[in-house]
Amino acid sequence: MSLTYLYSFLFAGFICLIAQIILDNTKLTAGHITSIFVIVGAFLDTFSIYDKIVNFVGAGALVPITSFGHLLTHGAMAKAADFGIIGLTMGMFDLSSSGIVAAIVFTFIFTLFFKPKD
Amino acid sequence: MMMEKKKYEEIVNKHKPKETRVQNAFIAFVTGGLVGVLGQFLVDFYSWWLHISSKDASTFMIITLIFLASLFTALGFFDKWVTFARCGLIIPITGFAHSMTSAGMEYRREGPIYGIGSNIFKLAGSVILYGVVSAWFFGLLRMIIMGG
Repeated sequence: MSLTYLYSFLFAGFICLIAQIILDNTKLTAGHITSIFVIVGAFLDTFSIYDKIVNFVGAGALVPITSFGHLLTHGAMAKAADFGIIGLTMGMFDLSSSGIVAAIVFTFIFTLFFKPKD
Repeated sequence: MMMEKKKYEEIVNKHKPKETRVQNAFIAFVTGGLVGVLGQFLVDFYSWWLHISSKDASTFMIITLIFLASLFTALGFFDKWVTFARCGLIIPITGFAHSMTSAGMEYRREGPIYGIGSNIFKLAGSVILYGVVSAWFFGLLRMIIMGG
C-alpha cells in the first residue's frame, strides 16, 4: 500500500524526467513531446504492457499523458473484440471521454467567468 | 551598466548550461513524481470516501486533477508553476488541461466562436489527433497479428 506511493512517485517522476531531458537537449517542443508520449502510451498498451505497469505502479502510471494513449488503445481494443475493425472506432473514447469532457467543460466555464490577469 | 550585466549573465549561462539542465531534470522529476503521489492519494481517498472501486476512483482522480489545473490556470498562477516545473506539470494530465484553459484565456476576447471555440484545442488537439490515429493503427496491427 505505502509502496504504491513510492512507485507512483518514481514512475511519474521518471516519465517527466525523460520528457525534460528531451526538451532540454533537442529542438523538440513540449507539443512534440506530449504527442510522442501519447503515441508511446498507445503502443505500449497494444500488447498489454501498459496494463501491467498500471497494475504494478498504481495512479503514478495513470497521471502522465502516456496513460491517455493507453486508454485510447484500451477502449478501442475492447470494442474491437466484439465488432472487429468497426469496433476500433466505436470504443476509442470509451475510457478517455471523462477526461476530455471534463477538460472541455471546465475550460469553457473558467474562461467565461475568469478574466485574464493582463 | 545594464548591458554589461546582461552580457556577463549571457557568458555565465553559456558556460554552465549543463548544470541548469540537470536542475531542470531534477525539478521535473520531483514535481512529476509529486503529481503521481497526489494522484495515488486521490484514488485512495475517493475509493475510501465513496466506497467505489479503485478503477472508478482513478477516473474521479483524473477529473479532479483536470479541474484543479484548469482552475489554477484561469486564476492566473498555474503559468508560473509550469514555467518552474516544465515537464513535471506538462507531461501529467494537468498539462493537457493547462494548454486548453490557457489557450481559452488567451483568445477569449476574440469571442465565443472564433476565440474560445476555435482555439482551446490549439495545443491539445495534436495530442488527441496523434493519440487517436496511433491507437487506431496499433489496434489494427494487433488484430492482424494476434487476431483480436
